Amino acid sequence: MTRIWVFVEETDEGPATVGLELLTKARSLGGELAAVYLGRDSDENFAALGDHGAAKVFHLTPGDALPTAAAAAAVAVLAGQHSPDLILFGLTYTGRDVAGRLSARMGKTVLSNATDISIEGDTVTVTNEIFGGTTLVDTVFEDDAPYLVIARPKSFPAEPSGGGTPEIEEVSLPDVGHAGSAMVTASHTEVLEGPKLEEAAIVVAAGRGIGTEEGFKVIEELAAQLGAATGATRAIVDAGWVPYSKQVGQTGKTVKPDVYIAAGVSGAMQHLVGMKDSKVIIAINKDEEAPIFGISDLGIVGDLHKVLPRLIEALGNR
Amino acid sequence: MRVAVCVKQIPDPASPYDLDPETHFVVRPTDQVLDDTDRYGVEMGLQLAEQTEGTVTLVSMGPSGNLQGIRQALAMGADKAVVVDDPALRGSDALATARVLAAAIAREGFDLVIAGTESTDGYAGILPQQLAELLDVPALTFAKKVSVDGEMVRIERQTQTGYDEVEASAPALVSVTAGAVEPRYPTFKGIMQAKSKPVDSLTMADLGVETAAQQRIMSIRPAPERPSGEVIEDDGEAHLKIVALLEQAKVI
Ligand SMILES: Cc1cc2nc3c(=O)[nH]c(=O)nc-3n(C[C@H](O)[C@H](O)[C@H](O)COP(=O)(O)OP(=O)(O)OC[C@H]3O[C@@H](n4cnc5c(N)ncnc54)[C@H](O)[C@@H]3O)c2cc1C
Ligand SMILES: Nc1ncnc2c1ncn2[C@@H]1O[C@H](COP(=O)(O)O)[C@@H](O)[C@H]1O
Repeated sequence: MTRIWVFVEETDEGPATVGLELLTKARSLGGELAAVYLGRDSDENFAALGDHGAAKVFHLTPGDALPTAAAAAAVAVLAGQHSPDLILFGLTYTGRDVAGRLSARMGKTVLSNATDISIEGDTVTVTNEIFGGTTLVDTVFEDDAPYLVIARPKSFPAEPSGGGTPEIEEVSLPDVGHAGSAMVTASHTEVLEGPKLEEAAIVVAAGRGIGTEEGFKVIEELAAQLGAATGATRAIVDAGWVPYSKQVGQTGKTVKPDVYIAAGVSGAMQHLVGMKDSKVIIAINKDEEAPIFGISDLGIVGDLHKVLPRLIEALGNR
Repeated sequence: MRVAVCVKQIPDPASPYDLDPETHFVVRPTDQVLDDTDRYGVEMGLQLAEQTEGTVTLVSMGPSGNLQGIRQALAMGADKAVVVDDPALRGSDALATARVLAAAIAREGFDLVIAGTESTDGYAGILPQQLAELLDVPALTFAKKVSVDGEMVRIERQTQTGYDEVEASAPALVSVTAGAVEPRYPTFKGIMQAKSKPVDSLTMADLGVETAAQQRIMSIRPAPERPSGEVIEDDGEAHLKIVALLEQAKVI
């Protein structure tokens, strides 16, 4: 062991943060480290990959088609040539699409939702959390390498290593016929105000307890006062009260702010996995039995529509 | 359009279940229900089949002793179901499941395959992509809206910051997010009709698929517990406790 590859896709802000987190983690596992980068040519982005430990970057440039099928085919060929032991993906839409297709193409299973990875000799152990993070499961691969792993964002910190400029190998995306024919015809970006949910020091999150779409106003007011980002449970995203980009949890974003304020959130397992590692958790809920209290540093049994306006006023008077 | 919808039966999330400490398999209560997230796929499949005068075939892998969940989806309006059940599949990994489902879908024939983005109990969230690769079709994933126009399938694909419009011609696979459509409730008539709809039961041998698990669970252990703090009743002053804690955390 070990040759580790980390798949990283381009985002609006450069290489996906989870990719940099995985490069950082891979560095600690030792061995030879390369990134497989799906994105436009950018020295700045290549430098970021190098700085996080990639000695080499296999660069795939997407065209107008959804690049995932062709990217998976390209990585399969590269893997055949270079025999990596481990290929890591972040749990992102593109990461999942490429990992899933690559898995089927190579006949290798994928372990998903990893929150930790360790290597001992030839054995790769992947840890994931179940039952809302209360239970950890360690799984090993039994087959031959390469092993495919999809890891949850924020499982590891992203730390630059001061590494040099990586060697770049241009890799063309093969024509995979009908499977690669999905075309992206338009892109829409939601305009978001305030700090980014994944990066904010404080998150004020709302659940169905806000009662109505209007109820989100008090959440926004509090967030504005604290310079916080607003978050939401799936219940109110599905209800159409707030956009999906605010969803925290298993199928939404993972956040680890200094303070997470959950108002009218019951604390379902799928919500907890996205926020339980916040430093301080404050919950306001009418129901003293609400599971969110089980992981809160401060729990307030009460009506959020009474507590939050008073809090906003008290903060305003400071 | 011939629409194949992947549906998974899962232990009722309302009843507690656990992992067997010896075998590391999920110990399922005998009652199996339709995974709630698959109701969106079924609804989407029904709507598209209705628009195109097509059919909806449910495809499922798992223990077939209890077909409660499958009957739920048939009662919503699906035409038939194919269930693959084989003792060799117990504890199978994600790829094995995909191989089995792909073989069953290919055997039925399809124009469109629909799956959920992730299951409630497994949530590996990669089965749709594996299936698309095995069936050699484009994967229109994370759809929050789907429309069909002749052979062309168009979706709004969720992204981290909004959505993309993506299109491909059939045959194709679509994975639908929860909330993409409003699942219908089975009518009384639907429930009665579901009882006589065909459910084919297949084994691995019927499909000519062989799989070997490539992973093994080594241990299951409790996560380090996060100590929970105090829980207080709001007496009109509780917000002051929040202010104090925010000060202590040095964020204000
Ligand atoms: C596959 C899958 C993936 C999922 N992914 C996610 C995910 O990513 N994120 C997520 O959040 N969920 C997810 N869910 C959904 C999750 O299971 C819960 O349904 C959801 O988190 C519940 O949201 P909630 O807490 O807003 O609503 P509820 O559970 O309905 O809770 C509302 C709470 O508000 C309290 N309340 C009511 N009125 C007031 C008031 N005036 N003041 C104070 N409190 C009040 C109530 O006591 C209650 O506890 C997923 C589910 C599945 C099956
Ligand atoms: N055993 C199964 N039988 C039928 N469909 C399945 C099965 N497992 C997963 N699926 C489908 O694949 C989607 C994603 O599942 P998963 O990869 O387990 O998160 C689910 O929403 C289902 O539509």
